Amino acid sequence: MKPSSRQQALAASLMRRAGLWRQADARARRLARGRSDDAAEAAALADDYRLLAHDLARVRTLMPDSRTREFLEAAYARTHATLHHGAWRAGSALLTLLRVQLPRAVRDLAPYIAWSTLIFVLAVLAGYALVQRYPELIALFASPDLIATVERGQLWTDGLLNIVPSSVLSVQILANNIVVSLFAYCAGFLFGLGTLYILGLNGMMLGAVFAFVGQHGLREQLFSFIVAHGCVELSVMCLSGAAGAAVGEALVRPGAGGRIASFREAALHSGPLLLACALLLVGAGLIEGFVSPDPSVPLWSRVTIGVGYWLLMAGLLSGRLFGAGRAAA
Amino acid sequence: MNEIAPELSVDSVTGIDVSLPVAGPGARSFAFLVDWHIRLVLALAWYTVAAFIYNRGLSIAAPLTNDAAWFGAVVTPALAIYFLYHYAVELAMRGSTPGKRTAGIRVVARDGSAPGPGALLVRNVFRLIDTLPVLYCVGLVAVIATREHLRVGDMAAGTLLVYERDAAHLPAAGEAPRLDAQASELVAELLERWPSLAPDARRQLGQQLLARYGGGAAAADEPALHGALAALLHGTSGGPT
Repeated sequence: MKPSSRQQALAASLMRRAGLWRQADARARRLARGRSDDAAEAAALADDYRLLAHDLARVRTLMPDSRTREFLEAAYARTHATLHHGAWRAGSALLTLLRVQLPRAVRDLAPYIAWSTLIFVLAVLAGYALVQRYPELIALFASPDLIATVERGQLWTDGLLNIVPSSVLSVQILANNIVVSLFAYCAGFLFGLGTLYILGLNGMMLGAVFAFVGQHGLREQLFSFIVAHGCVELSVMCLSGAAGAAVGEALVRPGAGGRIASFREAALHSGPLLLACALLLVGAGLIEGFVSPDPSVPLWSRVTIGVGYWLLMAGLLSGRLFGAGRAAA
Repeated sequence: MNEIAPELSVDSVTGIDVSLPVAGPGARSFAFLVDWHIRLVLALAWYTVAAFIYNRGLSIAAPLTNDAAWFGAVVTPALAIYFLYHYAVELAMRGSTPGKRTAGIRVVARDGSAPGPGALLVRNVFRLIDTLPVLYCVGLVAVIATREHLRVGDMAAGTLLVYERDAAHLPAAGEAPRLDAQASELVAELLERWPSLAPDARRQLGQQLLARYGGGAAAADEPALHGALAALLHGTSGGPT
């Protein structure tokens, strides 16, 4: 269809403003990258926004398939994002996540944390009772090597540092734990059943191994091995299980917005908790590699490290570690 | 193509919605392949160079014992580059990566902004599901099956991949016409009525408009006059694209 003379004329006059559009786009890019803190620039961006909205509306009608429209759509979107969401700084975004979003997520997920902890504890007790009553069932939970070592009256962790250096051990452990923790979360996607399975299996394994080593008089040694890193490691298992359970429940019982919207809200909401879990597991892995297998570290030191690290975790989850309390005051 | 490409539409106080075209499976796969090659090459390069330094020679052979220096300086950083590439680079580049930039796409939240660190983490953690059972099968099926071409990670994180429109194609400032709306309309109307006007009338009107709006010297013949008026209206580029 041939455009009317009026449309042609309007389109032609619009093109006179191309320089202003370029300036607006450049300003939005500068401010979005945090390369300008000038108040005048920020105020000018608001004017740019109105200008671009006005011109884009006309260009959408007059020149719907033009490259000019492509440019204006991009510049308008960029200006909109910069004006409404400010500059992007990865450092401050991470700090906000740890200081504000993480404590909020922990508060909101508190019922799930309580339930997943209860499930984990019940699984530990079930595993313990099972192997206590039927010792041969340990074969379901532990490898033949581990069983043979314990039956010889030793823990599989004895002399571990003679075989594997602490740093290697730490990285192997923390990588494994992070994957398990993330998988416990992601498995919530299977309507929560995957999370339940991982929580239950890990709890039963812990209980079963404790019962088995107890039968061979090694319970205190095992406690001594796990106390330094286990307080946080087991708590993180419950935390990631809680995040996975929230995702699962959103799928099983979606809200008014529908299943996908509920899933998105639950998953996104638990994101900060997931980051905290990964960070905590790095520390737990280092403790498990350097402190736990070292026979020269006395029990009181291990307990101190374990309790201290757990308190650090509590500080992180409450946001106080990054000044949430001070910021609120 | 008759099918309308999906768009992310974001409300604005101006009443003019922000519109972002959603990237399809092709652009997503292309970006992933580019990124996969980059992270693989980077990880291998780190491993090779660090192994050369560790072995003090052109050898990448691992030591026979579990050596902490080998594991800490050679293996761990290479694995970290490979597995943390997407999260770290998306965080640093505001939802983009070199692969996405090559494909002309980027990750945005549903309000059109760059996604935060939590959303990017969730998006990347759910790769564990998207990669099941092999070769991103779950993710690919989800991308093809959903209207907004979302993999499970995007559904979880509330993110989308949109095309990054390029600013390079806007006509140069010098090509923009010099007329305001009223003058443009006058010139456009004259050109539209050109065939129906008497030769004397169109010559007279045309020369008057050229003189008033600075279209240069009066043209000698009618075709030249018509061309001068068209150039005055559209600029040297010959009009809007």
